[in-house]
Amino acid sequence: MLRLPRFSYLRPGSVAEAAQVLSEYGSRARVVAGGTDLLPKMKRGQMEPEVVIGLGHINELRGIRATEDGGFEIGACVTLSEVVASPELRAAYPGYVHAAALVSTPALRNSGTIGGNLCVDTRCNYYDESYEWRKALGFCMKKDGNICRVAPASATCRAIASSDTAPAAISMGATVVLVGPNGQREVPVESLYQDDGQFYMTKAPDEILTSLRMPSPGHWKSSYVKVRNRGSIDFPLVGVAAAIQMKGSLVEACRIVITAVGPQPLDVSQAAGALVGKEIDDTLLEEVATEAAKPARPLDNADLSYVWRKRMTRRAIEQAIREAAEVG
Amino acid sequence: MTTVSLDENTDLRVIGKSLPKVDSVGKLIGLTAYADDIELPNTLYCKLLRSHHPHARILSIDSSAALAIEGVVAVITGEDLPIKYGIMPTSQDEHALEYEKVRFVGDPVAAVAAVDEETALAACRAILVEYEPLEAIESIEHGLLPPSDEPIHDYAGPGNIHRMGALEFGEVDEGFANSSFIREDVFFYEGNTHLPMEQHSATATFVGDQLTLWSSTQNPHYVHRALARVFEMPMGHIRVIAAPHGGGFGGKSDPFSHEMAVCKLAMITGRPVKCTLTREEVFYVHRGRHPVLMWVRTGVAKDGKILAMHFKTALDGGAYGSYGPASMLYTGALQTTTYNIPAYRFEGVRVFTNKAPCGPKRGHGTPQPRFALELHLDKIAEAIGLNPVELRRRNYVKPYTRTINHLRITSCGIEEVTDRVVEASGFLDRKKRLGHGMGFAVSAYMCGAGLPIYWNRLPHSECIIQVNRGGVTLYCGATDIGQGSDTVLATVAAEQLGLWPTDVRIVSGDTGLAPVDLGSYSSRVTFMAGNAALQAAKEMREIIVKAVAEKMECSPSEVMVGDGKIGELSFEEAVVLAEERFGMLSTRGSYSPPANIGGKFKAAGVGPSPAYSYSAAVVDLDADPYSGEIRLNKVWIAHDIGRSINALAVKGQVEGGVYMGLSEAMMEGQLYRHGLHKQPSMLDYKAFTFMEMPEVETFLVETIDLEGPYGAKEAGQGPLLPVIPAVVSAVHDALGVWVDEVPITSDKIMRAMDAKVKGREGRYGPKIFPNISYPTIVKVPPFDASSSAF
Repeated sequence: MLRLPRFSYLRPGSVAEAAQVLSEYGSRARVVAGGTDLLPKMKRGQMEPEVVIGLGHINELRGIRATEDGGFEIGACVTLSEVVASPELRAAYPGYVHAAALVSTPALRNSGTIGGNLCVDTRCNYYDESYEWRKALGFCMKKDGNICRVAPASATCRAIASSDTAPAAISMGATVVLVGPNGQREVPVESLYQDDGQFYMTKAPDEILTSLRMPSPGHWKSSYVKVRNRGSIDFPLVGVAAAIQMKGSLVEACRIVITAVGPQPLDVSQAAGALVGKEIDDTLLEEVATEAAKPARPLDNADLSYVWRKRMTRRAIEQAIREAAEVG
Repeated sequence: MTTVSLDENTDLRVIGKSLPKVDSVGKLIGLTAYADDIELPNTLYCKLLRSHHPHARILSIDSSAALAIEGVVAVITGEDLPIKYGIMPTSQDEHALEYEKVRFVGDPVAAVAAVDEETALAACRAILVEYEPLEAIESIEHGLLPPSDEPIHDYAGPGNIHRMGALEFGEVDEGFANSSFIREDVFFYEGNTHLPMEQHSATATFVGDQLTLWSSTQNPHYVHRALARVFEMPMGHIRVIAAPHGGGFGGKSDPFSHEMAVCKLAMITGRPVKCTLTREEVFYVHRGRHPVLMWVRTGVAKDGKILAMHFKTALDGGAYGSYGPASMLYTGALQTTTYNIPAYRFEGVRVFTNKAPCGPKRGHGTPQPRFALELHLDKIAEAIGLNPVELRRRNYVKPYTRTINHLRITSCGIEEVTDRVVEASGFLDRKKRLGHGMGFAVSAYMCGAGLPIYWNRLPHSECIIQVNRGGVTLYCGATDIGQGSDTVLATVAAEQLGLWPTDVRIVSGDTGLAPVDLGSYSSRVTFMAGNAALQAAKEMREIIVKAVAEKMECSPSEVMVGDGKIGELSFEEAVVLAEERFGMLSTRGSYSPPANIGGKFKAAGVGPSPAYSYSAAVVDLDADPYSGEIRLNKVWIAHDIGRSINALAVKGQVEGGVYMGLSEAMMEGQLYRHGLHKQPSMLDYKAFTFMEMPEVETFLVETIDLEGPYGAKEAGQGPLLPVIPAVVSAVHDALGVWVDEVPITSDKIMRAMDAKVKGREGRYGPKIFPNISYPTIVKVPPFDASSSAF
């Protein structure tokens, strides 16, 4: 079998202590909660930390709390299964909970955490194999090499944003708390990512994501549509989160966030402006979806053809809006 | 339907019942020791260094840095194992470790034995290999061209052509001239792999001058022979034990590098040596489904009767011979076992490419042409205005006939399996609506290859039954790879001896303890080992009954056998009596297929079987005209099993075949990019999960074969075959487009739909079949009917 390489495992007693050891070891260390992303990647030599800092046991990072503004704060080490099992979260954020329910398999959702899913590595089928395979293919800039294999002319890595929950959290206007050596800060989930598959997160390497803050859902209704080859296990080929406010049969506001069509989730809500003040109908939806899908740039680095994935982006946007608005 | 009276004129007690497999409890509670569970004292762990180049000459190998690593005990390279081997006598083209050149990414070049896997892996990475890269051949078309550097192999040829065949039966030109309708089609079937849950694993010991190998192999007998060849040792000093299996499907049928390496390393170090492959390595070991490009031309009369067929195939063999010569011929052999084709021409070629070697996977060489043939007939039916079931019925073979290519057909339930699925599914009365479709297809498969892989006159299967201390032990070289062959043997013996299957201890898959059985391939074990077991069990029954009859002072025919009793004695009392009377109780059975089941022409060795199973399937699905996404609703499958030895096990095999067929049809692909496997992991090589599986309704049709044990035929491979064309046909029924290629993925359907919307042909698939210089066609004279009853 593939073996884990040697590493030191540290078990800090608190978030503050974890932040301190993380800043001590810098890029030589990685934090781990559920381990469903990190451990296989260590076996394949995609990540080679000398030190692994465990977070899963830290109580501060666990628990789902209602906040004063009518929202919820979810600890980073709450598992995806715990989110799926929460009736309060399901009622308030159906899109987010559905996205969590569609991650991988039941066994991995029992282990994988919401913080881990927001930070999940970008994916690319020129990268997600063993060291030996990547050596035979030729390494890429994301690990051990210096060019992008899927887009050799690209100055940046084009690995694919693959978190299902990130677009759903963004569509609800959620924020995350980051704790670093200099204290904590709160940033919108949207600004956590950037258009670079290698350095896909904006947070500093020594910052730890400690919780997700979901604002009061208010009148926002939400949905998440995941396109993939199989009904389980697979990462998204396209992911679309939609949130909508209706007044009667008219759209008051609509947000759309798409993912897996480039290195970061994309807020394409601007295209939904055409819906405001209108009833949802097929023609209008098609126009909005076509416009909203324009920034999608799927490449030949995932399952099925990129032409198909581009088309499915439009389809998934239409479906996500319908499901959020609960119109057929 | 044929019936047969059983020689013992009683109701069957255990044959045909739905019972758990005899080895199920050990597997359920986790006590079964699979190959990777074998841990001997003082074991060393082996890792193989594999090529990073698709095609390259090896200039030098330097192991000194690896040997210097603490914990490394031995390093071997190809020069330590210079004798080539291969499963087929005509393709002895593999070194355990290559030292002259490598032929695909994953080709092994060195092996390390170390105190643990981690150290062995580090040592592999420390071995320096200097390569000189050569042009890599990546496709069938490329393989047909003269190589610009050098051919992948220095035998066969011309160029990278491994094998060719060209045969004609009957008057094909005349048949086409007399046809009122002729159609040609081109199809492509992508390669795919077996994906067993269990990775290959092998452990070897060398004690005194005795070599023992435990391995997850389907064919211990052929591994035994290959070891004797490579190590130049007498067969009698080598013992190969097939460990309990976590799935084979054809992928554990060849002798492998890791098996050779652990044996050699055990000899050098004097310690047990073990090698377990990673999942990625299993993709490189492969020996799976060949990618096949196919061209078929058929002429029919006005009433739809086939008058002539011309079938051409081109196979992508990958880097080594493996079963390839047989695989190539199988793409042309069994078309005639379902349809009466009075004139038939077949031309086939297999080319070497720089990919993991292809070989046998469930259905070996026949799912590809079956896919092409069934869809081709659908298109003919549509063109001449017949429904696809009727067109097929007009051409079905009849029981107890001889095909144009000399194959003997005996029991044949093709009409019955058709009736079952067509009636249950309502296929002929289905309502037409865009996006919903149903597809129908039939198939046949062999119950064991009529000839062994290497020429010999020995029995194909042998059994010994020993009774002592009240217990029954059955010894047979057959390997239970999860298909339930131990259960079949135990049930056959139990029926004869009036016992329950779990009363019979099975010793199987061990060349040191059990007599020969050729192996678990070609769906041969139930038919062949089952017959050998039946013979041994009948003789044992006669002996025990004789002893009891003497004591009861009655004739043997008056002694009732059953429910653990022989006459008025318990089984235990009866066998003590028999042992007192006759001494040690041991009987034997052996099976060889009849000689007259196939032709006498060159290449006639592929296709003959003592019996054929028949299957029919209907698939019901919804297909999205915009996205091409498919939702499977239901599969109806009917299988002519001859007779079920264990109905539950048969259904398991049938439904497992449906699962594998659907997954191949819709998802799986052993794809290559830039000279290497595109996705050697279970996450990215897509295969069905539970979520994709639809409801399956299974019908078992019993035709009671006259030569099968209790009338039984095979179930392990045949039921996969009709499922694949039925899926593609159902998509056509739903959307009006043809995807003449598997896997039939959403994006391919989308492209066919787009073409249709734009007013072009609503089709996705290969457009042309390459111009291949096949050899001169051998016209085979008609079968000499005087040598056989039919």
